[in-house]
Formats: sequence, C-alpha cells, structure tokens
Amino acid sequence: MTTSTKEKQLIRAYGDRRDDGIIQLSFTLPVTASEKAKEAAKLYCQKLGLTDVKVAAIERAAEHYTFFVVYARSGVVLDYNEIDTPEIVIKKKSYDELNAFIEEEIARRVVVFGACTGTDTHTVGIDAILNMKGFSGDYGLERYPWFEAFNLGSQVPNAELIRRAKEKNADAILVSQVVTQRDVHKENSRAFIDEAKKQGVHGKMTLLLGGPRVDHKLALELGFDAGFGPGTKPSDVANFIVHQVLQRMGKEAQGANYEGAPT
Amino acid sequence: MSGLFITDEQIAHARTLAHDITNPIFDTIAKNTTVSVERTVLRWFGVDGVGNMGAPLVNLMVDRLKAAGVLNKGAAYWYGRALRMGATSPLDAVERLTAAPLETLKPLSTEDEAKLRVEVRAEAQAMVQELKDRVARRNALKNEFPMAPAPHKYLIVATGNIFDDVDQARAAAQAGADVIAVIRSTAQSLLDYVPHGATTEGYGGTYATQENFRIMREALDDESKRLKRYVELTNYSSGLCMSEIAFCAAWERLDMLLNDAMYGILFRDINMRRTFIDQYFSRRICAEAGIIINTGEDNYITTADAYDAAHTVIASQFINETFAHRAGLKDWQLGLGHSYEIDPYKPETLLLELSQAMLVRRCFPNAPLKYMPPTKHKETDIFFSHAYDVMADLVAIWTRQGIQLLGMMTEAMHTPLLADRYVALKSASYLHRAARGIDEEFTVREDGKIANRARFVFGKAIELLEECRQDGMVAAIGRGRFGDVKREETGGKGLDGVVEKAKDYFNPFLDIMEGR
Repeated sequence: MTTSTKEKQLIRAYGDRRDDGIIQLSFTLPVTASEKAKEAAKLYCQKLGLTDVKVAAIERAAEHYTFFVVYARSGVVLDYNEIDTPEIVIKKKSYDELNAFIEEEIARRVVVFGACTGTDTHTVGIDAILNMKGFSGDYGLERYPWFEAFNLGSQVPNAELIRRAKEKNADAILVSQVVTQRDVHKENSRAFIDEAKKQGVHGKMTLLLGGPRVDHKLALELGFDAGFGPGTKPSDVANFIVHQVLQRMGKEAQGANYEGAPT
Repeated sequence: MSGLFITDEQIAHARTLAHDITNPIFDTIAKNTTVSVERTVLRWFGVDGVGNMGAPLVNLMVDRLKAAGVLNKGAAYWYGRALRMGATSPLDAVERLTAAPLETLKPLSTEDEAKLRVEVRAEAQAMVQELKDRVARRNALKNEFPMAPAPHKYLIVATGNIFDDVDQARAAAQAGADVIAVIRSTAQSLLDYVPHGATTEGYGGTYATQENFRIMREALDDESKRLKRYVELTNYSSGLCMSEIAFCAAWERLDMLLNDAMYGILFRDINMRRTFIDQYFSRRICAEAGIIINTGEDNYITTADAYDAAHTVIASQFINETFAHRAGLKDWQLGLGHSYEIDPYKPETLLLELSQAMLVRRCFPNAPLKYMPPTKHKETDIFFSHAYDVMADLVAIWTRQGIQLLGMMTEAMHTPLLADRYVALKSASYLHRAARGIDEEFTVREDGKIANRARFVFGKAIELLEECRQDGMVAAIGRGRFGDVKREETGGKGLDGVVEKAKDYFNPFLDIMEGR
C-alpha cells in the first residue's frame, strides 16, 4: 500500500459534534488565584492557538499557584492517512498453539533473559512478562514449557545481563525500564545497545525494550528490535520472539508476521 | 463498628506465633553488630562531615576499625581510646584513630578501661539527652499547632533538588497535606554510606542527607506556624544505612520514617542478617525519638497478587509488630502498611478492600496504620484513575486509617504534578468530610461476604505464621512466602558489614536505650 493511492481522511477533535474541535485541558500557573489569573489562563490558551476559550474551573492549588480546567476549540486538522507509525502486529497464537509450534518448528526451548538494568529497581514490568503468574490472566514466559526464561531482577548492570545471556546462548534479551526521570531510561537503553554491540550480540539476539514510557518507535530508534509499552501481555512478547527466532533460522521471511516494519 | 469477624483469642494466637517466629532472630541481633550501627554510634557522638575524597568521616573511621579487626569492641570504645590519646573533638578523634596502629595498640589497665567506659557512657548519656530535648521541641510545636484529625493525608515530593522540594512541600501543605514525604533518589538504599550536605541532583527522588532533613523540617516548621497546623515530615530508614538514617532523622526532628523489618531483604536484596540487626537499632532510635514507623507490607501486593497474597500482609504485620514492640516502639508508633491494590476489573473489589482494611483495623486497633492507594493497576486514563483513588479514600475513612497516602491520577506516567496533589487532596478531604463516622452507622453482617473473606484471609495468615514457626523465618523467606520474592540467609548485599561482637563490646547508646 502506498500513500499516493490513499484518500485523505481529515480529522479534528470531537467534543459533542463532528469536527467541533473541542478539547479539554488542565494546567497550573504560578500565580495567586484571581480574576487576573483567570484572564492569564485564557490568554495562555489563545496563544496555544485555541479559540472559544472557556475557563471552567479556577482553583487555588496553593498560595501562589492556581489550577485551571479549560475547554476550548482547536482549528487544527489532520490527514489521518498521512500518518505512518510502525506497529507490532502479530498473528497471535494461543498458549498451547505457540508451545506446539515451537516444538515442531524450532524443536528446542527458546531461551530468554530479562532484567531491569541500570539503577532501576522497579521490576513490576519484567515480572509481569517473565514470571510464572504473568499479567491479567495471561501466563508469563516462565510458565511456557517451550520457553526457558531467566528473570535477573532489578539493578542489573547491562554488561552482566548480556554476559549471562551469552553464556546460555539466549535467543532474546528483555530490558525493562520503568524510571524515566530526566530520560534516564533512554540513556541507559543506549548504553545497553552500545554494550550489546561491544559483546557482539547486536543483530544476533533479539533485543527488546519494555516499559510504561516505551513504544515501538522509540525502541527502534534506540537500536532495539522492538519495543513494548503499557498493556503488553506476555503472550505478545512470546509470539514476537518465536517469529524472530524463525526469521533468524531462515525459516520465515522478515515481516511475515508483522507489518509496518521500520523504514 | 468494623465488625469482629474473628475472636480475640485468635488474634492473641497470631501474636504468640509472631513472637515465637522472631525469637531466634533476636539471638543474631544480640550477638552481632554492623558497620552501619557503628557509624550511627559515631554520628551520635557528633562525628559529621566528609574526608577529602568525599567519603563520610564515619565511614573512614569504621572501615579503618574493621580493617584492623577491632570493630568487634564497638566504635564507642575506640572513640573513648581516641579521647584518652588526647583528642579534643570528634573530628580530632577520627584523625587520631585512622592514624593509630590499632592492630598493635596495647590494652589499657583494668582501671583505665573501666574509667574509659564511664566517661564515654556519660558523654553518650548527654547526647541522648540532647536528642530528647530536640524531640521535646518538636512535641511543643505539635501541641501549639495540633494536626487535623486522621486520616492524615500523606503526600510525596521528589524533584531531586531539596530546594525545589521545599517549594513543592510548602504548596502541598498549603493545599491541605498533613504529612510530607521526600522520596529518595533511586538506589540510595544500596549505598553503604549516607551522602553529605544539601543536594540538588537526584534520580527519581532526592538524596536523604542530614542537611536535607534539616532544610525541609525548618521549612515545614515555618509552614506549620503559618497554617497553624503542624505538618509532619517523613523519609526512608531502609537499605544499608537504616540506622544512620534513623539517627539523622531523629536528630533533625522528623516525625515519621518508613522502616520495615523485611523490606530490604525482599525488595532490595539486602542480606537478611544485616537487615535484622540494622532494623533493631534503627527502631530503638525511633522509639527514643517518638518517630512513627511505616512498614512496607503494601509492597508485597505490588509484586504478588493482592487478592491471592492478602494473608501475607496480615502475617507480616504481626511479625513487624513483634519486632517493633521488642525494640521499644509503642502501638501509637506503628504505621503498619497495607493498600488498596486488588485488580479493579474483578467483581466486588470494594467489598474485598473493605474486608481487608477492616481486618487490619481489627487486628491492630491501637496502631495508626498506613494506607496506600492503588499503584499496580493504575492506568494512564487519569479520569478513571481519579475515581479509583476516591474509593481508597472512602475505605480509609471507613476503617479509620491513621495515615493515608494519596493516590495521584497521573502517577502511571510521571511524578505527580502540582495540580495532581491539589486535586487528590480536594477529593480526599471531601470523602473524609462526607463519610466521617460511617463505621458507626453501618454494622457489617457477620455472615456476609466481607466477614467471610476476612475470616478466610486471617485463617491463611495463621497457616503462614504456623509454617514460619515450624520451619523458621529464614526458610519461609527462602520459599518466597512474602511478596513472591525468594532470598537466602547468606545471600544479598551487605553481609560483609556484619561483625560478631566481642565479649567486651561497648555501645553505650544501645545500653541506655535498652534500659541498662
């Protein structure tokens, strides 16, 4: 599919009628609540390019801070068909199907290592994907008889994670990054990729990045094979990895099971 | 009334089990000390400051004593020896000791030895008195400007810069916060030293330092006077420097500290023995300084499932309570932790959460309790998130929680915005105002879902406590009974900082606090 053949699909924010462009926003200004503060909020929104600005709430959040809730219209129009976002779209197999599929097609257990690397101590994401229990009724990779999953926990140095994965000839490494202040997750993820190149696993093992502020696009930019954001289920990751392994084995064409590959 | 659900005898049985479980651990605590405990002793004598490489002086001195193989006599003893060598100040004492050939230093005569102990104990006694005077100042301010009624609304600041934290804390107090917590910089718990001075750089939080404590407490004293309502300050006495942080906090008049007997073991992989010894000394200090501790059971149900692991929270609370009582803490100081964490897409979660909160209240009627808002299932839809938090507000007032952390609707995305705190406070105040006394209006039926769930959870907690008594705490932790996390007795960080006490080990602060 090429964009030239696409029809335009023009969209605007939808409040209560099509194309009314209504948006709601809330913000705080560092001033004392007053009529003047309210006017400032209105002007601020007008400078954002909004019209019909209605300051619905003006509240004293503290002595010198005022909180606003505002409704306004935006004239911005987008052509939805112009947008190109890489997305992981997998034809997913069920738990049993995937296990049977690995047994038949790969004929050995798929080895996966995961950890929260760097200073991050928050294992909730990696635990949800790897631990037996899984997440939201979806079993974790440890539960799959045809996966061999190692969860190294938190604050694991990047080099250590890669070294351990190499020892076991892992198929995939999962890096979880939860803390995102000052973009520490990006910094550490870049360091991971540098280390992966140094240890010669980049391009050989499937390298995955996960976390609440991670998306596929960001992960690709950083040099990972894929990124998984909030709401990802273990089965999403399991399916993705299996197809990656098949591709590396030459048994499956690149992109056979996912569209929108990075450009 | 919250409902009885279980008998007083059953609760008493749980307490007996917890006592039996922790008993053997007190042997370890009595026989050993740690580098962190000894550094605390030196801090209490007034050793402050850093050496020219930036390492705290207490670390330099304790490391030196440990390397010379003489730390087992206690840092206080060596501090006394330095005084006898002619040291004129704590700093001078450190310099003399780090320079002295400790390995070959001759023992003192029996008479001089006894004299040294008397002198050092007298100095320790004076320092304990000074701590008490500081605490008395805090209590006077609290009496002059009483706090709002419980649940005390607890809010977090975490900019990384203590001066920005002050602005945010003042704003939160002005909006109605009763307790301000300054979140620590990520991974500070794994540092085997306490950073020094005012800090302006941190990741995911602000370093806990004595100077940062002082700056924030001073700002909140000022704010308390302006608002005519005392605003409490809390921080984290956990990790490898548990007892040092407890001392710094006590000295700077903090009101509350996160302090858990097992949290470091489970969630920071800190060695078990190290943690048990450090928690005891830190809790002794909290008891002395009238600090309310907050325990961390709420964390179990962020790693394990809140519905399936509800009983582990109850069992651990009994264990934490025993550890606390045996360190001299009173019931009013026990902010035992629990939380509103059951998956909101399951049916009847409000009933289940009420059941759990009522059960905790039933088991610990005189403890303030610390109630945590939802975090694990928090969504990035801030509007739903807000509705979700409000349910926790309702349960908090219904079950008379003493300390309530407020949920932040954007916390699944970033640290709370100023407006998040404001909106969370506004709605918590609304619920507390609207539903105060609701527990006296409704009687929970003893044959209903809430009561049956509470009995079921309590029954499983007793089973777990019995297993811990049978096999020992160490084995139970090894099986991942708490928070689904497995730890070994000799694993984890900080074991090399545990030192077996010599027969003539000397720690006058411990003696005074234990009433000897």
